[in-house]
Amino acid sequence: MKGLLKFITCGSVDDGKSTLIGHILYDSKLLYTDQEKALELDSKVGSRSGKIDYSLLLDGLMAEREQGITIDVAYRYFTTDRRSFIVADTPGHEEYTRNMAVGASFADLSVILVDASQGVLVQTRRHARISKLMGIRYFVFAVNKMDLVGYSKERFAEILKQINELASELSLHSVYVIPLSATEGDNVTVKSKNIDWYEGKALLDYLETVDIDDSQKEEGFYLPVQRVCRPDRTFRGFQGQIEAGTIRVGDTITTLPSNEKASVKSILFTDKNVDEAHVGEPVTISLDREVDVSRGCVLIKDANIASYKKIKASLLWMDDEPLSLGKDFLVKLGTKTIPGTLTKIDYAIDVNTGTHQATESLSKNGIAVVEIVFAEAIVADRFENHKTLGELILIDRVTHATSACGVVEGLFEKQVANSEKAAFVQGERHGRGEIFEEFFYDTATLSVVKQQPVKQHYTVGDEIPTVGESYHYPDDFDIIILRDSIAVKIRGKHIAEITTAEEYRYGNVPVINGRGFEIKVHSDADVKLLLSEYAAAGLSGREDFFRKWASFDTYRKVVLH
Amino acid sequence: MSELTHLDELEAEAIYIIREVAAECEKPVMLYSIGKDSSVMLHLALKAFYPEKPPFPFLHVNTTWKFREMIEFRDNIAKKLGIEMLEYINQDGVKQGINPFDHGSAYTDIMKTQALKQALNKYGFTAAFGGGRRDEEKSRAKERIFSFRNSAHAWDPKNQRPEMWKLYNTKINKGESIRVFPISNWTEKDIWQYIKREKIDIVPLYFAAPRPVVVRDGNIIMVDDERFPLREGETPEIKSVRFRTLGCYPLTGGVESTATTLDEIIDETLSAVSSERTSRVIDNEAAGSMERRKREGYF
Repeated sequence: MKGLLKFITCGSVDDGKSTLIGHILYDSKLLYTDQEKALELDSKVGSRSGKIDYSLLLDGLMAEREQGITIDVAYRYFTTDRRSFIVADTPGHEEYTRNMAVGASFADLSVILVDASQGVLVQTRRHARISKLMGIRYFVFAVNKMDLVGYSKERFAEILKQINELASELSLHSVYVIPLSATEGDNVTVKSKNIDWYEGKALLDYLETVDIDDSQKEEGFYLPVQRVCRPDRTFRGFQGQIEAGTIRVGDTITTLPSNEKASVKSILFTDKNVDEAHVGEPVTISLDREVDVSRGCVLIKDANIASYKKIKASLLWMDDEPLSLGKDFLVKLGTKTIPGTLTKIDYAIDVNTGTHQATESLSKNGIAVVEIVFAEAIVADRFENHKTLGELILIDRVTHATSACGVVEGLFEKQVANSEKAAFVQGERHGRGEIFEEFFYDTATLSVVKQQPVKQHYTVGDEIPTVGESYHYPDDFDIIILRDSIAVKIRGKHIAEITTAEEYRYGNVPVINGRGFEIKVHSDADVKLLLSEYAAAGLSGREDFFRKWASFDTYRKVVLH
Repeated sequence: MSELTHLDELEAEAIYIIREVAAECEKPVMLYSIGKDSSVMLHLALKAFYPEKPPFPFLHVNTTWKFREMIEFRDNIAKKLGIEMLEYINQDGVKQGINPFDHGSAYTDIMKTQALKQALNKYGFTAAFGGGRRDEEKSRAKERIFSFRNSAHAWDPKNQRPEMWKLYNTKINKGESIRVFPISNWTEKDIWQYIKREKIDIVPLYFAAPRPVVVRDGNIIMVDDERFPLREGETPEIKSVRFRTLGCYPLTGGVESTATTLDEIIDETLSAVSSERTSRVIDNEAAGSMERRKREGYF
């Protein structure tokens, strides 16, 4: 059983969420005396005078106290003899739905309050739907204010029926229903004598014992790269959190989207060298060879994950400005942030009835299934398969607001793997075509991004594009693709010859490497030295090697985008 | 396979957040107040980037009224770890002779809030890590991990940016900045247990020792230097005290204690009947005082 349970309380306005949590904290003697004193004092001063107003414990903002409502999520921490808890008390007003969703995205379990005198309301259904959307699998429906309906077993049975219908409509994984009274303390921390017909557990007892099982384990190992760690020239490590599985030194991993294979040379779990590391751990992984990996890339092992240009997602719209089709956003998914366009709204979902409605726009708090096309293919998966690669937010490019959040439901336009992306081909000889990559400085993400051109094969006799947005090669030049040991001769913009690097003879024309950087060789002797130094340099000496031989800006530049 | 403990989970969350900021924000800084939470933050920053050093400087906003032992500790730790430690003092406030005895809440505003704003503006920091925790105070309990400030450094609690999963949106417009709280979800108990587990150095003031104090308005205040104006009838007496939080010495109430080891401190914390902020004289004001200060640009 997990030692820490993260849960939320949600439900409609005035269903008693804050009161319920306040009561648990108060009853369990989990408050410090000065907090208790402040609470009693606030109750006397506040408008809702008389008894202790437990909700004042959580409604911590001045505006909330003035208006007597919850505007934003409050986080509370408590520990009983059996378990530690973090509870997020979320607002019930429809206006603040997005704040409720913030709480839901963080929790394992959702306690949804239902007012016994009101039954299941639109807002109850909305919160159940959003909890499910954000990935919660465990639900407690707390049928509150039983004291106001005379602790009626019949009334509870009516509401239980409504809840069961909702649970089956949303295919909720685990559902527990408890009749209680938050103000009177019935079935909150101890079982109530007033509800003797109820045979289940009191709320706190249930929360202390519910087993959030991880049977839905995700396939394989994956780690979205947060940053590249380069303290000096001898070390290059990829830092991030393991989102699933286990990794060991010596394992072969695949890099995405570059799709290269490499072996794990070392693993640091924070600042300690380890032989293996597990899901949830922050690590630094170094590999046995040079790979094309930066922030936003993903390391995988035994996981069926790929890159896609287009996805289908369920979205919760959170912006005051309604969603309009065709709008450009920044999409953050995993550790990658890239431009994307919302090209289609399949349908909106009526939160009350669950029916699908055709629509061209979506207003705040609406839920819809949409299609998003990315500026370049990114590593993604369906939310239910690999959670972290299935969560996304849309960022407004002007206001920078988080306009929407959503989960990936479908994947389209799988990117062709890099190994199949050979640009120079002759018989068995394949050379990569990174000389056609564009280097952009993306003003939205403040980073240099490389964009791969559409896959294209060139062989002897073909004309190649020598001018792009960020490169300009001469008409006559030679390419030595060091990684693939291939050389290509270009004469009059046409491919004259494709040979191995060993067979290559200097031709008195400029030479570039496989990435389009000038290589400073002027004779066959230079070429021979170049090849032997490349082989000897290994990973750690690569920086010195390039500093000596290569020049980026002879034929290339970075353009603003 | 070993399951992550509660502390491992909190550590992983904090490291993830610290790395995200380093990767995405233009000019980050880590606020360093010399207290136990700052010591934990510094430790987390070292672990997050190892074998690299943290790719940002640390900033101490000095009110000039800190305990002497704190400043000594700060200088030693910066030297030992080889990190860049900036210090900022509001020199206008110093010239005007602003002090905690005569100026009350104006002192906090000028030497802390205004000083912080001046420091952030001076260096042009776009993101500042802070060691705030949600269990400290009611308005903090409502604050996001990434908390946005407008160009006047003000917080708008009624309109906070949604924060879903681990997908932190770090985009800001010119002039705006972010406060980032990686240990939001830690409790005071977690902090102490982590300090013990990781053997983190903390200022000796956290441990009980005989210290010269006066009892004033119910608070035990240490007479740390000759600037302390004794009231009529007050004479410093030696008591065995320790401090649960550290700040400006005239504004920090100590507790009588004999706890000289971490285990004893943890025991005391677990059985404590008052929350740690009561020992900060400044917080015993009207409800909402922390929120008001945060809206004015306080951390």
